[in-house]
Amino acid sequence: MQVKRPKLTILERTYLPQILHGLWLTLKHIPRRKFTRRYPEEKPPLYGAYRGAPTLVKDPEGRVKCVSCQLCEFVCPPKAIRITPTARPDDAPDANVEKEPQDFVIDMLRCIYCGYCEEVCPEEAIFLKQDFAIAGYTREELQFHKEKLLELGGVQPDSIWKWKFKGAPPPDAPDAPKRVAK
Amino acid sequence: MIPLLLIHLIKIACVIGVMLTIVAYTVLAERKICAWMQDRIGPNRVGPLGLLQPLADGLKFVFKEDVLPHNVNKVYFTLAPMLSVIPALITIAVVPWGSQLIIPGLAQPVKGVIADLNVGILFVFAISSLGVYGIVLAGWASNSKYPFLGGVRSSAQMISYEVCLGLSVVPVFMQVGSLNLTNVVEYQAHHIWLVLTQPLSCFIFIVSSFAETNRLPFDFPEAEQELVGGYHTEYSSMKFAMFFMGEYAAMFVASALMVTLFFGGWSLPFAPFNAPAQTLGIGVAHIGIFLAKVCCFLFFYIWVRWTIPRFRYDQLMALGWKVFIPLTLLNIFVCGVVLAAMAK
Repeated sequence: MQVKRPKLTILERTYLPQILHGLWLTLKHIPRRKFTRRYPEEKPPLYGAYRGAPTLVKDPEGRVKCVSCQLCEFVCPPKAIRITPTARPDDAPDANVEKEPQDFVIDMLRCIYCGYCEEVCPEEAIFLKQDFAIAGYTREELQFHKEKLLELGGVQPDSIWKWKFKGAPPPDAPDAPKRVAK
Repeated sequence: MIPLLLIHLIKIACVIGVMLTIVAYTVLAERKICAWMQDRIGPNRVGPLGLLQPLADGLKFVFKEDVLPHNVNKVYFTLAPMLSVIPALITIAVVPWGSQLIIPGLAQPVKGVIADLNVGILFVFAISSLGVYGIVLAGWASNSKYPFLGGVRSSAQMISYEVCLGLSVVPVFMQVGSLNLTNVVEYQAHHIWLVLTQPLSCFIFIVSSFAETNRLPFDFPEAEQELVGGYHTEYSSMKFAMFFMGEYAAMFVASALMVTLFFGGWSLPFAPFNAPAQTLGIGVAHIGIFLAKVCCFLFFYIWVRWTIPRFRYDQLMALGWKVFIPLTLLNIFVCGVVLAAMAK
């Protein structure tokens, strides 16, 4: 390929027009809209599929949805989840649900926010919410236990049949309410 | 009766105080303006709009550890930052900040200049070229290759452009007929700003002073991308801050000189401001006008820095020796011919 070497005029060879043009260009930028986001005050917009910190959610009646099946623990690639399952006492209301987590620990130092736990959960009990700035002064602080995870997760507004019936719902049961996406 | 010495000391204190404050805020202005030009916001955390940033920077420099590398020449290494900051502070002494201040209770009006030297501009060149020793010594004493290259470049550059700088202002003094900067400003107040009669001198002076103050597009002694930090690579803490201060003070002095030599100093070309002040108010206004003009030039320095990329080293030398020196000589010759023709 032949590189073009245009003959410059004397004015162009002084570089002055180009320098003046450059000065005008930078000057034009001074009053322009700035792109900087003032971070701690202005949060970035996050969208529906954003994968932030994993959290546990409750149903509208305040019950923990997790049934300690431990699928998330098994699927978690960095092994950030540790569940201590326990049986529900026989005399508890909704005793048709047999297990619940006694403790549920997510190590936020290990979590890679892959979202496999959310995908695998059969009860839709674990959700990756939008918290992305997880910070602490000690390692212990970043072991999120059950209470902390439930607090972060809040309430997921949909109901599940498992609390009412053991096994499949009877034929005369009303239709299950539509599940609402988070 | 207040002794003359006391008046001078007060003047010196005011000038140094104002100058160092402006220097500190020029650093902030530099960061702010460069941010705006790049569609950013710039420092805005310390105080309202980030206005206390220079204080925070100063405090940081004071408390930082002063690292003295073990294989440096300790005497020169310590001397160099002082040498780079002091000439800039001394040269401002002959620059008239205002016409005169008539203060009630004083027999004589207070002159707007610290030292009303008859050889003003020679004094400026003599002292300001000492600034190169700071950089050369820093480069040499650091005993490290990047500072050394910075020092070498600096000496070559400053010696070359000293010539252009000196020659470029000769027509100004041919026209004015005096080397005293106060007279130069008064001439401009009475007649015409010299930028209009000596545009080529003005242009060459501005470009050369960019080279003299080591600012982009001629910042070869520092040249972060090529020489790490150039001559101040090995410096830290307050010593580094002094180089920084020296650089910006030199910028201030160069701006003050441009204003004084070509842009009418403290004067404005209309009624109350085009003659030495007869009242205190006008006298103070003259100082304000001078400082406003200097700030415009400081902005110009910053503006150019964030617009034009660095030259190549041989381009800088070629520009100095092959373009500017012949041009300035031609300019002096033409100016002489014109003055001779007009005198007849």
